[in-house]
Amino acid sequence: MTRSEAALEVRGLTKRFDRLAVDALDLSVRRGEFYALLGPNGAGKTTTLRMVAGLLLPDAGSVHVAGIDALADPVAAKQVMAWVSDEPMIYDKLTPLEYLEFIAGLWGIDAASAESSAHELLASLGLESHLHERCEGFSKGMRQKVALAGALVHAPQLIILDEPLTGLDALSARHVKGLLQARVRAGCTVIMTTHILEVAERMADRIGVIAAGRLIAEGTLDELRQRDGRNDTLEDMFIALVDEAAAA
Amino acid sequence: MSSASSLSWFVRHEVRLAWREWIAMLTGGRRGRKRAALIGLVAFAALMHLPAYAVIGRFAGLEMPLDKSSLIVMTATLALAWALMLSQAIESVTRVFYARADLDLIMSSPVRLANIFSVRIAAIALSVTSMALLFSTPFVDVLVFAGGARWFAAFGVVIAIGLSAAAAAIAVTLILFRVIGPSRTRLVAQILAAIVGAGFVIALQVAAILSYGTLSRFAVLTSDVAADFAPNADSLIWWPARAVLGDSEALLLLLAGSLVMLGAVMTIFSPRFADTAIGVSASGTSSRAGLRAGPFRRASRQQALRRKEFLLLRRDPWLMSQSLMQLLYLVPPALLLWRSFSDSSAAIMLVTPVMVMAAGQLAGGLAWLTISGEDAADLVATAPLPPASVIRAKIEVVLIAIAAIFAPLVAALAFASLMQAVVTALGVIIATVSATAIQLWFRVQARRSQFRRRQTSSRIATFAEAFSSIGWAATSALALAVPVAALLSGLMTSVVMAATWRISPRKG
Repeated sequence: MTRSEAALEVRGLTKRFDRLAVDALDLSVRRGEFYALLGPNGAGKTTTLRMVAGLLLPDAGSVHVAGIDALADPVAAKQVMAWVSDEPMIYDKLTPLEYLEFIAGLWGIDAASAESSAHELLASLGLESHLHERCEGFSKGMRQKVALAGALVHAPQLIILDEPLTGLDALSARHVKGLLQARVRAGCTVIMTTHILEVAERMADRIGVIAAGRLIAEGTLDELRQRDGRNDTLEDMFIALVDEAAAA
Repeated sequence: MSSASSLSWFVRHEVRLAWREWIAMLTGGRRGRKRAALIGLVAFAALMHLPAYAVIGRFAGLEMPLDKSSLIVMTATLALAWALMLSQAIESVTRVFYARADLDLIMSSPVRLANIFSVRIAAIALSVTSMALLFSTPFVDVLVFAGGARWFAAFGVVIAIGLSAAAAAIAVTLILFRVIGPSRTRLVAQILAAIVGAGFVIALQVAAILSYGTLSRFAVLTSDVAADFAPNADSLIWWPARAVLGDSEALLLLLAGSLVMLGAVMTIFSPRFADTAIGVSASGTSSRAGLRAGPFRRASRQQALRRKEFLLLRRDPWLMSQSLMQLLYLVPPALLLWRSFSDSSAAIMLVTPVMVMAAGQLAGGLAWLTISGEDAADLVATAPLPPASVIRAKIEVVLIAIAAIFAPLVAALAFASLMQAVVTALGVIIATVSATAIQLWFRVQARRSQFRRRQTSSRIATFAEAFSSIGWAATSALALAVPVAALLSGLMTSVVMAATWRISPRKG
């Protein structure tokens, strides 16, 4: 895969806090791909994605987003990217529409198209009756949906989601999954971390497993099964891989 | 567990929480600083005896019977202390309801809620009273050293004031919940706390300006008119003053009265405390409908940031109450300014330092909210614009807000004295820029709801902000009166700013 074909290309990415959090990680994600990044707690998933999103500076390595060097030109890279964390990043005192208007302004999106896109997104996430209510009284799930709408309103080429389904009820989770799959079908790339392995199993085109800051396995579900040599579930394979990495 | 043992367990729990909260306030939440914080506190308390002596030392020889003017001044000072404690207590009660950290746990536990909430009401009263004792100790110490042991009675009066202020605050807040509902009570209670705290001093100053053309509240209190209106020496109204002077009968009655007041509030309001808490949690799950927004507006990235900041500032109840208080403090100088149009009083000079000081303080609060208090820090950090542009937009918001508040006052001042208006405008600008710069150098990532804790996150920033506002206010006043002294004062304040920058984590 050439750099211009990749939605994300990470080479030798390294980050150390009191211990090595990400260890010379290489990762490539194709355009239009749904990529699930799995790993046990503290494996380095969130640190990796925060470095890709420009929230943390790596100690070493390179990050290219849609062919743009994200370390040399972070503004251009951020223009085509969206980040959603497990803690919804919204303002209590703004309504969902005001929040989306703010994001459209930050990303420099045309106001008219952003407005129609905002209404469409909020309706598809079941928030049409809350458009003019301040977010302060929203449940965790509703806040997460507003944050997701915020990430999608500027039509990013690469969406990075860190545990986006945490706290969502079954119906909301289905809405979110449907929305993400629709974006992928439209050519957008999604990278998502999750602890819900069924979601990765059902939605991801490719799965990467990270442990102790290194990518220990990567491929489609079938490729991972072939590597494992058994017809296990993703959960069984994941546990085996992590145990193997811990023992090594 | 029996009811009695569960109650004593809860008392221990409340005391432990209050103690830890107090320590966290002193240490800024950092572990390992407890000893240093306590030493600092003791040193500060010792140092406070000097200003306390300057303020109150000359009154140590006072004895009963007092003349009416002295009784009025003493009673008014105690009333001011009561108003300040009431303001503090209203703020504490509101916080207990809205910080729902443990209310769900308590209310789902198998204990009688009325008892539990009685303890909580008592804990609020205790914490307000302890704080009052802490602040009054240097003053009472000075009186005891200089005037004898009879002044120990003043501690009893402080306790009575603390208990009764807490009782009144609980009653006021719970009545507000009933009358206007939980969603509005938070804002109204915070505004009420600001008005109660500042209102008494301001009312006296306004009366003094209107009657005597001076900002000194003592002008009214010591006037013949006040003495004529005051009741006879044996009136109930003088009991607190008599108690302070060592009248044990008055002191005991005062203490008994405040305990009865607190007991009555506990009896009447404890059973309703739980309903109120449930009301607050219910209001938390229902959203407040905003005005229907118009169509999305075309905006540059900086404009979008500024618009968001202005919207959030406008909707911030804490900031509203703080700004209201700052504006209330500007009422007396504004009134003085208005009077000076018809009367060339030299007192108008006082307008300048008050405005400069208020601008510095308000700018510090606004700068913290816009620069540090970013609820969606990750969102802004992942937006496609350089961090410097984000900071610039936020600083612009502070400058625009300060300009909008102070420009009309400076313009009005220009009609009275053009020179003074120019000096005031410069003072306001420099104080605003200094306070904003300090917040920028000491910026941290925090949630807006942590605003009231901002002073504890960096003591250096807090003191630097206060010194810079005071320094620039003094420099502006001196620039009008003794320009050479203004140079010295300005230089000293610049040195404070330079030293603050040197030790700030963001230098360079």
